[in-house]
Amino acid sequence: MKSLEELMAIKAKMKDKVAIRQASDEIRVVVGMATCGIAAGARPVLNAFVEGVADAGLTDKVTVTQTGCIGICQYEPVVEVFVQGNEKVTYVKMTAEKAKEVIEKHIKGGNVVAEYTIGNVNV
Amino acid sequence: MEEFSLYVLDITMNSVRAGADKIGITLEEKDGMLTFSVSDNGCGMSKEQVARLSDPFYTTRKTRGVGLGVPFLTMLSEQTGGSVKIESRSEAEYPDDHGTVISASFGIDHIDFIPLGDMIGTVITLIQGSPDIDFTYDHITPAGTVHLSCAEIRAVLGDDISLGSFEVLEWIRGYLEEGYAEIKH
Repeated sequence: MKSLEELMAIKAKMKDKVAIRQASDEIRVVVGMATCGIAAGARPVLNAFVEGVADAGLTDKVTVTQTGCIGICQYEPVVEVFVQGNEKVTYVKMTAEKAKEVIEKHIKGGNVVAEYTIGNVNV
Repeated sequence: MEEFSLYVLDITMNSVRAGADKIGITLEEKDGMLTFSVSDNGCGMSKEQVARLSDPFYTTRKTRGVGLGVPFLTMLSEQTGGSVKIESRSEAEYPDDHGTVISASFGIDHIDFIPLGDMIGTVITLIQGSPDIDFTYDHITPAGTVHLSCAEIRAVLGDDISLGSFEVLEWIRGYLEEGYAEIKH
């Protein structure tokens, strides 16, 4: 069984990080997780963002959170990206693959992936 | 929804939105039936609200006028020879002892039942979204039980480290994977 010692080791390792870390919130990724989002496949999209942000070493800069239904169920899975100082970008009909691309191009590179945004996707 | 684990995620989200800080999720497989239940200490519902839960055109949400979570669950349950029961005590009526218990049963071998799917993904998603909630998760099978308690993990980690941090979520994933590997034999 995975041991609690391992959890203690995580605690020790993270203690230092907690000290340096400020809630910077430079970039926020918000994934819709109501019935509509879940039924459309939001869970793997959320997990792709959580893993992708950690793999890119960006957990200090980027927070990934969940929200309820925002009222555009036909476009789910919906992901909103808030970059400080910029307008909100709404990605629709998302998949785990598209999530990886958004991390690479938008979150790391600063370029919105226009083809997945709400104005460019037909339902 | 194609995986049972998504129903579990969806129904448990109701407890999250009810403001609960303790949520217990149990799956029990016994004699060909799967019983799934979620109990919470959230704001609860009045008798009238409970009575209207099976009506898809009833919801308290403002962004969308339909609520399909419980109707979906009820449909799958009844299609596979099971039933759904909801008991709730509203905060208004029971200020010291409020919350909701929903339990639903399913015929595991019924042709209309669906694969359990990624239960670990569901648990991880719940903790990621609400790292401060004390979730307990028990999946009881004839071959053994997979058990997880956020309160136990929090007791080791202390208050400074969020259960939603990636390192902790990965530990939880590994812990559950090992738990499931053990009851596979």
